[in-house]
Amino acid sequence: MPNLAFDAAHLLAGGLVLVSFVLLYQDRLTSLLNVYALHALVLALAVAWQANIQDAPHLYVTAGLALGFKAILIPLALHRIIERLGIHREIEAVVGIGPTMLAGMALVALSMVVMLRVTAAAAPIAREDLAFALAVVLLGLLIMVTRRNAVSQVVGFMSLENGLILAAAGAKGMPLVVEISVAFSILIAFIVIGIFLFRIRERFDTVELAALDQFRGERR
Amino acid sequence: MNLLSFARVELVILIPLASAALLALLPGYRLTARLNVAATFLTLLAALSLLFAPHPTPGPYLLVDDLNVVFIALNTFVGFTTSVFSASYVGHEIEIGRLTPTYLRFYHAMYQLLMCTMNVALVANNIGLMWVAIECATLTTILMVGIYRTHEALEAAWKYFILGSVGIALALFGTILVYVAAQPVIGEGLEAMVWTKLVTQAARFDPALLNVAFIFLLLGYGTKVGLAPLHAWLPDAHAEGPTPISAVLSGLLLNVALYAVLRFKMLMTANAAAAAPGPLMVTLGLASLIFGAFMLYRRRDIKRLFAYSSIEHMGIITFAFGMGGPLANFAGLLHMTMHSLTKSGIFFAVGNVAQAKGTQRIADIGGLTETHPWLGWSLVVGVVVIAGLPPLGVFMSEFLMVSSTFARAPLLAILLVLGLLIALGALFLRLNGLAFGEPRGNNHPVKASYVPQFAHLALVLAAGLYLPPPLVAWFQHVSRLLG
Repeated sequence: MPNLAFDAAHLLAGGLVLVSFVLLYQDRLTSLLNVYALHALVLALAVAWQANIQDAPHLYVTAGLALGFKAILIPLALHRIIERLGIHREIEAVVGIGPTMLAGMALVALSMVVMLRVTAAAAPIAREDLAFALAVVLLGLLIMVTRRNAVSQVVGFMSLENGLILAAAGAKGMPLVVEISVAFSILIAFIVIGIFLFRIRERFDTVELAALDQFRGERR
Repeated sequence: MNLLSFARVELVILIPLASAALLALLPGYRLTARLNVAATFLTLLAALSLLFAPHPTPGPYLLVDDLNVVFIALNTFVGFTTSVFSASYVGHEIEIGRLTPTYLRFYHAMYQLLMCTMNVALVANNIGLMWVAIECATLTTILMVGIYRTHEALEAAWKYFILGSVGIALALFGTILVYVAAQPVIGEGLEAMVWTKLVTQAARFDPALLNVAFIFLLLGYGTKVGLAPLHAWLPDAHAEGPTPISAVLSGLLLNVALYAVLRFKMLMTANAAAAAPGPLMVTLGLASLIFGAFMLYRRRDIKRLFAYSSIEHMGIITFAFGMGGPLANFAGLLHMTMHSLTKSGIFFAVGNVAQAKGTQRIADIGGLTETHPWLGWSLVVGVVVIAGLPPLGVFMSEFLMVSSTFARAPLLAILLVLGLLIALGALFLRLNGLAFGEPRGNNHPVKASYVPQFAHLALVLAAGLYLPPPLVAWFQHVSRLLG
């Protein structure tokens, strides 16, 4: 049943791009975190499906990490953090939702054009996966540049990492070393972020990066 | 059986790793600062033994060849001298209460962890492992930049974290693309990520895929090199962290990222059908050089001044490697070595200056040659060297670069010379205010040790006058390897 395998992989990877779009226009932190949890869940399914069709059991570990750590643990922790910081207000997006969505579409089109053209020789599944993964990566970057709030930038970064894991899972037979390390680096990165958020709160009572900008040494 | 049979590549990784664990547990700053020096000295010895021992057969993870041995030796040497400087520097920071003993313990552990991860990145034969090591090195430096926990330090660390992570993410995507290109030729699994395997088979990879991969890798690792449009994290990170970390960032971490770019450049050159990586690197390099040179004029913070000078010099080095060919590569390698030694030497001096004056603002520092003759004059010598005046080490490499570029692309050479001159003007303008004229600002006595900065400057001076023939032969050999 090669067609079912391909179609399902396609559906899940495409679903991840779709959820990235949903992330793009969330204007409340709580809903942003909920959509991020969904993002990680779709990633877990996509990676698990890749494990199934590639007959690569080690990918289930990556899928499990995505599910347990990124879909459940991190959103919970971030929910607690924003509650403690008392920032359930609206996110001010630097660019409006309309232009952001248009830019997002342009980025997806770009990644399709680039990746489908250069991967003509690769296996079809890897091809589609890479194109979608690049789209998720670029959308993650877009989220990061359109937000000014530290927590939503972190969410943008984590969705970007999800795209990378999708790419790594799609590349057939890519060694486990890399996947586990990616998961671990996210863990480390998260600890770093956690420390930073707490320090930032301690010092500023805000996580608005605009407040941080005032303290640039050169502007004194 | 001789001593060389103990030369093991694992040692340059395991010594710092074990020391990091030890230093995280031990209290007392005098003891730990000394242990930090001892650990980096042992690592230096291990690295030097690699220079003389025959190279072991490359495994799936680790590799020692003529190229990375140069980087490892430089890395561990500057790591050692910086730890000597750091010992006196942190003593002062503890006294004035900017650092607490708990933070110092953390600082030392992170210092060793940084040395460990940089060495892993340099000896990695696996492009995945190399990526992991550079990612970890980034994370440790982020933590160290934020260690003072002031507003500025936190902002610098945050900016570094965001830009560094985006860069490192792009690099991972490039790494995955290289694997996808290699997999149909080499086969699935670990083998398709081993660099020595990749480079021998690269001629058969899909060129279009390699091109896209290289763009991602260049932009990704280029962010860490501090190349012009992606440099925004660099000045802040240099200015707000502890000065020993500025020295290590400028002198070493930028080189490690550049080393990664070079490895992938060699992969690209091995494939005749792929686009030439040179022009991209030349463009980014020139942009960084000219941008950095202009930015030098408007700096008010002494550490930011030299951070922009690092952007400028990394631009020069990237330009040289982008031009390629034995002569330009030789100039690039020499310039990289000289820049590492000089810039970390300057940062040692700047750290002492900032402690003596109690500020980093250029406006509040003046007449150093009168109030602190040793310190002032060594800063003068350092700036003269980094500005590239003859007959010093940096001049030699810049001269080689300009003359080889004139022979091949005169227009580019004009831009290169222009950038160098603009930077020279800016540096002397600032130096004049810092070192000469009426003394300004506070005048605390300096208790720091001058040995590391004098050692670095002496080496650079000596290299300008006389390069030992074996070293020249070695660099020439490596330049040919780089293609």
